Parts: sequence; C-alpha cells; structure tokens
Amino acid sequence: MDAIIENLPVFLEGFRNTLSLLAIAGIGALVLGIILAAMRISPVASFRGFATVYTELVRNTPLTLVLFFCAYLLPYLQFSPGYFTLAAIGLTVYTSPFIAEALRSGINGVPLGQAEAARSIGLTFGQTLSFIIMPQAVRMVIPPLINVFIALTKNTSVAGAFFVFELFGAARKITNLRGDEVLAILLAVAVFYLIITIPLGLIAGKIERKVTVLR
Amino acid sequence: MSSVLYDAPGPKAIARSRVLSIIGIILIAAGLVWLILVLGAPTVSANGAVQPGLWSVTRWDVFSDVQVWRTLGQGALNTLRMAGVAAVFALALAVLFSFGRASETRWIRVPTTIVLEFVRGMPVLLMMLFILLVFSTGSFWAGVAALSVYNGAIIGEALRAGIKSLPRGQREAGLAIGLTPIATRFRIEFPQAFRQMLPIIIAQLVVLLKDTSLSFVVAYDELLRSGVYNLSNFFGNRYSFSFFFVVLAMYLTINLSLSWLARVIARRSRSRGH
Repeated sequence: MDAIIENLPVFLEGFRNTLSLLAIAGIGALVLGIILAAMRISPVASFRGFATVYTELVRNTPLTLVLFFCAYLLPYLQFSPGYFTLAAIGLTVYTSPFIAEALRSGINGVPLGQAEAARSIGLTFGQTLSFIIMPQAVRMVIPPLINVFIALTKNTSVAGAFFVFELFGAARKITNLRGDEVLAILLAVAVFYLIITIPLGLIAGKIERKVTVLR
Repeated sequence: MSSVLYDAPGPKAIARSRVLSIIGIILIAAGLVWLILVLGAPTVSANGAVQPGLWSVTRWDVFSDVQVWRTLGQGALNTLRMAGVAAVFALALAVLFSFGRASETRWIRVPTTIVLEFVRGMPVLLMMLFILLVFSTGSFWAGVAALSVYNGAIIGEALRAGIKSLPRGQREAGLAIGLTPIATRFRIEFPQAFRQMLPIIIAQLVVLLKDTSLSFVVAYDELLRSGVYNLSNFFGNRYSFSFFFVVLAMYLTINLSLSWLARVIARRSRSRGH
C-alpha cells in the first residue's frame, strides 16, 4: 500500500496526461469524424467512396500499428513534434471512423417519413436539418458516441507503450521501482481508469433508456 | 439512393453531383499523387546525408530474401495462434459470464456483475501487463488470458442481451414441460440467443484478432514485432517503412476477409431468420 501512497504524484501526473490525451484526441476525432460522416452521407459519389475506403482501412488496422507508425516511422520521415503529439495524432486518426459510423447510423436511424413530412410542409433543407432531423439524430447518437469515448479512454493506454507518460506508463515505471507490490499498483491504476469509464458508461445507459422511452 | 436528408434527385441535381464527383475524384487523386511523390523524394537529413526516397529499390531489395518472408509468415502464424486460442477461451468464458449474470441466485449474479464491470472498464493492455507480472505466465499466455477475459465479458453481455430479448414464453414453456431451470437455459434459451447474436459475436472476434497486436507491448513475437520491429532492427532502419507497409497489407488482408465473412454470415442468419 505504501508504494501507492509514496508514488501518488506519479500516478496523478499519469492520470493528468491520460485525461489530456483523451480530451485532445477526442476533440480531434470528433471534428474529423463529423467531416467523414458528412462525406459519407453526401450525394457526391466520389466523397462517399473516399470516406468509405478510409473508414474500412482504418477500422481494420490495429491501433498498435497506427501508434507504431506515429512513434517510429513519422520521426524517421522527419516529422517529430514530440511523442505526446504523435500519439494524439494516431489516436485521432484511429478513433475518427468509429465516430463517423456512430453519427451516420444516428442520422440514418431517423425515420424517412420525418424528413419527407418536413419537406412536404415546405421547410428548406437547412430547416429540415436543424429542426427535424438533428434534434432526433443527436439523441440517438449520444449513447454510441459515449461508448466510442470509453473505448478511446482505454485505448490511450496503448500510447503509454510508445513513450508517452500516461497511466499505463506510470504503471510500468512504478512496477519497475517496486516489484514487491505489483498487484496493489496495478489495481490502483485500474481504479484510475474505472473513474473515467464507469461514470461514462452509466451516463450512456441512462440516456439510452430515456431515449427509448421517448420513442 | 434514398436518404433522410435528400429527395430522390432530379436530372439537374444528378448532373450537378456528377460534376462535383469528378472534381472530387481529381482532388483525391491529386492528393494521393502528391503524397506518393513526397514520400518518394530523396530526403536530406540534418547532418547532410542524402537518403533515397521510400520507393527506391534500395529500400525494397530485402524482399528477395526468403528468410524475410519466413519471418513474416511465422509472425502471422503467431498472431493467428494467439487469436485462435483466445477466441476459444473467450467463447467459453462468455457462456459462463452470461449464465452468471442472468442467474436467479443473488450470490452468483451480483459478484459476476461486479467482475464484468471491472473487466470491461479496464484497458486490455493493462490486463496483459497485470497477468504477465503477477502470474508470470510468459507473454503468450498473458496475451491469451487478457484477451479471453476481456472479450469473454463483452460477448457474454451480448449473449445475455440475446437471452433477455427472447419472448418470455420460451422459458415458461421449457419449465412447463418439466425441464429444470438450467436445462431450460441450456437447451431452449441459449441456442436461440447464440444464433441471434452470431453477427455481434463474430464482429467481436475480429476485434480480438486486431487486439492480439497489443501483445507487441509485452514482447510476444506477433506479426508487428517480428515483422517490423525485429526485422528492421536486423536489416537496418532503412527498411522499416517497407516492412511496415507489408505488415499493414497482411493485417488488412486478414481483417478485411474476416469482416467480409462476418457480413456474409450476418446476412445469411438474417434471411433464414424469424
């Protein structure tokens, strides 16, 4: 137990880095995912094709490979803004197609009749989108989006294996120092992850139940 | 294509989107050509040494060596072996988890729920390190154990959802003809839930295959470690991009064909369906 108490600052630094990695990669992936989702549902065939190919390729590439590329090969190609930034880029790229898929399924999940009714009473495209489709789509999209963010939280641990000092990196460092209390240290790190993931999961579940009641 | 967002397009809109599409193709192609040219251009490093571009023959000539291909093949086999063993254990654990979670005895249900929440909220990588350090199992079994527990929990939840979505009459009928509760679950509810959730289960097994690459971190010689890391340590950094490229292609081939298989099975089980 004393291994945890005396190393608490190290844990907290790791936790802070995990949170900032989560925030930066989360926002980046959200922006990229919105662009991809827009391309995916656009009437222009070539944009649709590009977004589909990108989604399929990235979703079928292991995260470890993406982060390996960022941590080893991008510096070799003389692009080296530091390992934290590189890991954030990798996580952004890896997460964006999952966000795009969640958004797309939400928008396609709005019944066709809703949009047809909106158009037939004379609403413009912008009005249809902002008054009819989006309010319904956003509600359906939020639970799967939260699940993507939970997965992202857990995925930030892979960055710890590629020279970023976050919770997993902290776990490795402290277990090296204190080999006698490995179990307690790893449980403490797990608790830090659960502090993020379990509340997010509860919120997602709550929203999901609320939405299904409304429908 | 009918969409929530648009009416079926008329002739004018079709023409316009065709023009936009061609412009889009030109833009995307131009971007790709630019990327290929930039990667192919020789670079000058800080100390003034000129390195050949990434498509230059001097970066690809290792692939005439049979030993390289043998190493790559061994890496792929190791990856598949870990995925196969972990998949079997994950399915077995999933059955246990789903039964525990749906059990009528409180003393089984509550602890199972707690274990499941704990396992699902924790990174697989941390679990691998945990098992490696605490049980000193060696990297292969650490990877297998972590992947089976994590994916078992997720597949177990899917199975439970499947059992829950069955009509109540199924269970009642089973009990009414005199089957014990356990026999009802095994012989009536479980087969239906399994069939219904098959697409989700297979999709999760593809995720499991992808996640075997995490065992790179605990020093298991899977495809990424043996194919990119070890080979470029042996032959020199000059080749690391080429090795990465080939390993990426191998991963994509395996995963895309499995995903395709999952979709075929999903379609078939739906059309046979209810």
